[in-house]
Amino acid sequence: MDPVLLLDVILLLLAVTTAITAMAIRDLLGSVMLMGIYGLLMAVIWADLFAMDVSFTEASVGAGAATILLLSALTRTGTRERTGGDHHLPALVVVLITGSVLIHGTSQMPAFGDPQAPAHIHVAPHYLSQDIGKVSQKSSDGATRRDFGDHVPNTVTAVLTAYRGYDTMFETVVIFSAGVCLVLLLRPRSPLRREQADE
Amino acid sequence: MSESVVLRTVGGMLFPYILVYGLYVQMHGEIGPGGGFQAGILIAAAFILHSLLFSPQGTDRLLPSRLVDIAMCSGVLLYIGTGVLCLLMGGYFLDYSVLIPSDPAYAEALGMTLVEIGVGLTVASVILTMVRKIRGEAT
Repeated sequence: MDPVLLLDVILLLLAVTTAITAMAIRDLLGSVMLMGIYGLLMAVIWADLFAMDVSFTEASVGAGAATILLLSALTRTGTRERTGGDHHLPALVVVLITGSVLIHGTSQMPAFGDPQAPAHIHVAPHYLSQDIGKVSQKSSDGATRRDFGDHVPNTVTAVLTAYRGYDTMFETVVIFSAGVCLVLLLRPRSPLRREQADE
Repeated sequence: MSESVVLRTVGGMLFPYILVYGLYVQMHGEIGPGGGFQAGILIAAAFILHSLLFSPQGTDRLLPSRLVDIAMCSGVLLYIGTGVLCLLMGGYFLDYSVLIPSDPAYAEALGMTLVEIGVGLTVASVILTMVRKIRGEAT
């Protein structure tokens, strides 16, 4: 059997099992820990798919930051789930229908790593050779010149901050807005306001 | 604050290494995997570890929450400011190649480094603020 396929199947089974267990158990502390393990497993799966930047982000956000956030939330609440495990039948039907539509959709997607896939023949070659920007057009001596003069070998960073700089800028603004909202919502009440509230 | 001597000793030893690794990921993002987003979370993780192991007040002395608020805003300002600087230098918004007219390819890399530092500052301070606020530490 293909060892890569075997590894893929084992990782997928582990991830699915961890996700289902995280939902099923009633102990919230254990659930948070399982979510952290799930994040780490997803990071390994991304690395397995050669998506190193995504893997890195998943490991730091999914397994690190999200776990710490949920743990800090747990210190404010209890560690036991209060509601019973009653099943909502319409929700199950909706989830099953949506899931089967999504799985049906994947059947028409190109095979993994197919060099003729639309994603690989449209703009990706230009991203990889880094010859879209103005710098490469300025070269008058006829020599092929890359946009960043080989200063930026990591194409992911090049796409994120140069070719799609607007996108990343507004992502940063979204994160900033989240931080500002938190500061405004969770700031301690000023003594003056507290006195007014007491009256 | 953790009572365990082992945790506090090992955590205290790890703290500077996590910080240095975060800075490495920040500055190395153009060459290897990584970038501002991941670096920001790593740097925030170092300070979160510090506040979990030692007293939150100690971390607040090390990194006052006012400074975190300033870093949060200056990260976004650095990103947008780089774009506006490109406008002032006569290029398009976020067209870094005009920053150094004599070497546009190097200027592109420089602009990308600047905006990545902006992303890193914002992400680190927002994550740190989030954890501090939810745990009810910083006032």
